[in-house]
Amino acid sequence: MKAPAAQLSVTSGGAMLEAVGLSKSFGPVEVLKDVSLAVYPGEVHAIIGENGAGKSTLMKLLAGHLQPTRGELQIDGETVTLTGPVDAERRGIVLVHQEILLAPDLTVAQNVYLGRELPKGIVVDDRAMNEGARQAIRNLGADVDPDVVVRRLSIAQRQLVQIARVLLVPHRVVIFDEPTASLTPIETRALLKVIADIRAKGVGVFYISHRLPEVKQIADKVTVLRDGRVVASHSTNELQPVDMARLMVGRDVAKLYPDRHAEVARETILEVADFSVPGFAQHASFKLGKGEILGFAGLVGAGRTELMEGLVGLRPGRGVIHINGKPMQFPHVDASLKAGIAYLSEDRKGKGLLLTEDLRVNLTLASLDKFRRGLQIDRAKEHVALDSAIGEFDIRASRKDMLAGQLSGGNQQKLLLAKMMMTDPSIIIIDEPTRGIDIGTKEQIYKFIAVLAAQGRSIIVVSSEMQELIGICDRIMVMRSGRIVGAVTGEHMNENEIVVLATGVKSGEAA
Amino acid sequence: MTDLAADTRKVQKSWKDIDLRAVAPFVALALLLILGAIANPNFISIDNLLNVITRSAFIAIIAVGATFVISAGGLDLSVGSMVAFVASLTIMFMNSGVIADPATMLVVAMVLAIVIGAACGLANGLITTRGSIEPFIATLGTMGIYRGLTTWLSQGGAITLRSPDIHSLYRPAYFGAVLGIPVPIIIIVVTAAVGAFVLHKTRFGRHVLAVGSNEDVARYSGIPVERVRTMTYVIQGLCVAVACLLYVPRLGSTSATTGLMWELQAITAVVVGGTALRGGVGRIWGTICGAFVLEIVGNIMLLSNFVSEYLIGAIQGAIIIVAMLVQRSLVRKS
Repeated sequence: MKAPAAQLSVTSGGAMLEAVGLSKSFGPVEVLKDVSLAVYPGEVHAIIGENGAGKSTLMKLLAGHLQPTRGELQIDGETVTLTGPVDAERRGIVLVHQEILLAPDLTVAQNVYLGRELPKGIVVDDRAMNEGARQAIRNLGADVDPDVVVRRLSIAQRQLVQIARVLLVPHRVVIFDEPTASLTPIETRALLKVIADIRAKGVGVFYISHRLPEVKQIADKVTVLRDGRVVASHSTNELQPVDMARLMVGRDVAKLYPDRHAEVARETILEVADFSVPGFAQHASFKLGKGEILGFAGLVGAGRTELMEGLVGLRPGRGVIHINGKPMQFPHVDASLKAGIAYLSEDRKGKGLLLTEDLRVNLTLASLDKFRRGLQIDRAKEHVALDSAIGEFDIRASRKDMLAGQLSGGNQQKLLLAKMMMTDPSIIIIDEPTRGIDIGTKEQIYKFIAVLAAQGRSIIVVSSEMQELIGICDRIMVMRSGRIVGAVTGEHMNENEIVVLATGVKSGEAA
Repeated sequence: MTDLAADTRKVQKSWKDIDLRAVAPFVALALLLILGAIANPNFISIDNLLNVITRSAFIAIIAVGATFVISAGGLDLSVGSMVAFVASLTIMFMNSGVIADPATMLVVAMVLAIVIGAACGLANGLITTRGSIEPFIATLGTMGIYRGLTTWLSQGGAITLRSPDIHSLYRPAYFGAVLGIPVPIIIIVVTAAVGAFVLHKTRFGRHVLAVGSNEDVARYSGIPVERVRTMTYVIQGLCVAVACLLYVPRLGSTSATTGLMWELQAITAVVVGGTALRGGVGRIWGTICGAFVLEIVGNIMLLSNFVSEYLIGAIQGAIIIVAMLVQRSLVRKS
């Protein structure tokens, strides 16, 4: 099933892939309404919109994963019906999924070549595949050992493996569904360069992202979706990120980050001294004040997540933790929850929520002690808690008995926040609070974080989005290779300072 | 007031909301009853039905425990051997004569059976969790161990309850009836009711389903995953012990072949009942229904002449496959 790589000619002039009046319904719900757009050779066409605007559905239609209810697809001006993703790939249309779809127990190289292994006689040519995979990932500006099993990679590394895998298919049109959602600025820069390279070869690119500056930087054309319709389609030159945000949300987005009080002297609530998580973080020491929002910046693999998981007892760690001056030990999460620390995982679908359970079960899972009535769980009380959580955190669910997996990413994050707040923590650690979340919801999450801090709770935010850390934090700790290498505060909180610390080189060299 | 709110919510649910997977086993049971009545009019008589249900008691009770283990994402292959082991030790204790009074002896022996069952389950649980060994392998190992110990204890023969006093005292536990309902049926209902309460109403039950649904989410939510897992195996051991308490008075004897292949029947009952083998969904009453289905199929084959009763094993094997296919097709529709 090898596709003829060389024969995929790039015709100039006409649209390579065009959607004409596409509509898609799931049951009675029409998620996409009469959408028309096209990508031309050597063009990057960005598609933006809030969560639930229909972007991913549109991408799946374009890549043959779904069939349209109405409307048609044209390739080089000819109407086609894509019978499935394999058919689409045969025609040179490939999709980089937002979700990681890799076999965790196979190696990087085995995943990159899965389904199209290179033969050597009757066996597979492992050496050639390893070399090919290493090269493909190096092209993306990263270095990942092709022999390591995917399970041991970070989410960002997995995303890169996935992109490498897709780009090995002979392609004419590449569709990226939020490829940078889990990448750090440096990896993002490398990926944008890759996209620029393939555009230069005459490939057409559809690019979905929530990161509007990125869109401004890479895209030639921007189409904005709202509620399943195209509300605007412009050349990128004509739009600034703030215009894009306004078109997406349908109103002015004046300010993404909430106002916060100036730095005040705070009593220390959490003190971590010489804490190590073997293999990931060494000799970390820091203090967290009451009502403070403390950021943790760093490149992917710097050990931020592992340090936090070590602190709350999810990983074996050594060191001294004081809460309100009292020394504490957390052998498991139960203990840290009781001590008033809540940790929200970056992997909201894999570690945060039970996707196949309903909202109520998810909401109370970490705090079932509070819902006891004799031997039983008090369901009526659970329903009351759910009602108030839905109100307080603005969780938008069409039905209260829907499953957590049916919520959009933003609403899942709100539910996860609500769930952990049920434990009434005094310290909240949020890992990647807005990954894969649209602007409107981001704004809400930031507001929630600010409100929690104003209530006197202390918050640690781990994030790969530097702008977000700068926007909401009082102080930012920067980690590099498992060590805390510095802290930035006040006017020093800018991307440049952070990048210098995170990479250990001057920012000019880092690029 | 809040109860009211919960109630209206229930009323608002339409027919579409009914989970077909939960209903399917009961529909299958009803169809089987009709089929049985057509095949042989004797089948549908009260006497025959009570008889069939009584005979399903061992599998039904063991399968209640298996529902816990499987809901939490585990598996226990050792239950059949465990029945032989626990029952043998119980009979040997009764034969030892350390307590002269038959009634006292009986009570102590029954308590001993419960303790041994719980200990066997605890062993399974600790091996899988502390040793982090796949439950399939761990319980495959203990399956061999419990069976082998039984064979050794019986020296390849049978272990028979020698005291006629104890036996006559104990017989009603299996052959007796309360208000016309055989004791084993009462035990099935009580075990299932307790199991359903624990699984669906208590915090522990919620933890079991969370662990089976996604172990990571459970751990990140502060649930002691290993302890929950281990407890499901202990519950399985307790259910096996209860089954033994019914088994001993029935025959008063065990051998190396006691409980052979019961693990497969128990797992079949659980799966037919609508519990997901991957964990996260548990249906106790469905499991009981599944155990009835297995026994009724056998009974219909015995009473009718169109299929040889020697094919019972094959038919039961086919049932588990058909049940999975039906469950899967129902998932797609809903």
